[in-house]
Amino acid sequence: MSESSMLKRFEDKIQREIKIEPRDWMPDEYRKTLVRQISQHAHSEIVGMLPEGNWVTRAPSMRRKVALIAKVQDEAGHGLYLYSAAETLGTSRKEMIDDLHSGKAKYSSIFNYPTLSWADIGAIGWLVDGAAIINQVMLCRTSYGPYARAMVRICKEESFHQRQGYEIMLTLARGSEEQKAMAQDALNRWWWPSLMMFGPPDHESKHSAQSMAWKIKRKSNDELRQSFVDATVPQAKLIDLVIPDPDLKWNEDRGHYDFGEIDWEEFWNVVKGNGPCNKQRLEARNKAHDEGKWVREAAAAFAEKQATRRKDVQQKIAS
Amino acid sequence: MSNEKDWPLWEIFIRSRAGLNHKHVGSLHAADAEMAIENARDVYTRRNEGISIWVVESKYIKASNPADEESLFEPASDKIYRHPTFYDLPDELKHM
Ligand SMILES: [Fe+2]
Ligand SMILES: [Fe+2]
Repeated sequence: MSESSMLKRFEDKIQREIKIEPRDWMPDEYRKTLVRQISQHAHSEIVGMLPEGNWVTRAPSMRRKVALIAKVQDEAGHGLYLYSAAETLGTSRKEMIDDLHSGKAKYSSIFNYPTLSWADIGAIGWLVDGAAIINQVMLCRTSYGPYARAMVRICKEESFHQRQGYEIMLTLARGSEEQKAMAQDALNRWWWPSLMMFGPPDHESKHSAQSMAWKIKRKSNDELRQSFVDATVPQAKLIDLVIPDPDLKWNEDRGHYDFGEIDWEEFWNVVKGNGPCNKQRLEARNKAHDEGKWVREAAAAFAEKQATRRKDVQQKIAS
Repeated sequence: MSNEKDWPLWEIFIRSRAGLNHKHVGSLHAADAEMAIENARDVYTRRNEGISIWVVESKYIKASNPADEESLFEPASDKIYRHPTFYDLPDELKHM
């Protein structure tokens, strides 16, 4: 079959909402876009464990501690589902990890902000996981089969993440004056970076149009951002916290909340590597990988030894 | 950057409860089959999703070629007489 008829067939499948599977023909650009997007998504899950891991040993109670450990462990699983989905497109785990560790690959900028107080763990679960869920619910309907299936698993696990975060915020917000101030301070610091998680505004987003045509993305950055704001404002009100945006108000005509201008200069600055924790995050990843090297080597050597032993036994039985 | 090689890739199949088939759930890297089972338990059954795990090294799976989809599966689509609804029977016949 000629390239043009295969392309026609591919586009026809996309049109009819038939998922694309690993061994199906696909345009190079579709493959490349997916590898970039899925591996970035995987890296975000993995690097995202660092700011929260920072508080595991200092969680204020056993209940909070087991929940936080379970959440961080889930994020490791999410990273794995996504790396596996990307590998079905022909890249390797090693290539992806190397690109992350060398700084070549990107991950979500939100994880380059520090977790200064316990309330930040609440704010991350509530806002950062909340924003991730809005994006990921959309991606459950993405056109590439393995990515969509990974997203379905991830979405099932995510809802506890947001609830545990919101519960932390609620408890602090209804606690002492200091605790309430802590919660408000965390919201103040995490609100704007959370809005930035959806990426640049539609008119500046260079990959968006093609991704929408291929149904990799099903909604635009600005649409997703708006649903996040609309969902989150009432949640803040319910626990008496104030979203740090003087321009935030309900717009009756649009049926949505209007909100203030996002500081895109800050966003690009963090993307370029100058956020408060970019360096620290990469160092932590590299250190963990380097220090785990002997474990990986030992496991490989052990597996090889076992395989040789099995072969010897089989030969003995045969002879 | 290292010249280390990735551990082999394994396909993971989980039986969610007794009486059901093992179903493909995803894949993971592991040095050997035992480790693949241990990792699959940690990754794919953290919330009681399964009671049994199969692991198969990915390189041993042979798959049909998507390009053969028509020649393999089309022939079945016009054989409507393989379905019970093909047969004309009187309405008075209640259970069959
Ligand atoms: Fe996640
Ligand atoms: Fe999460």
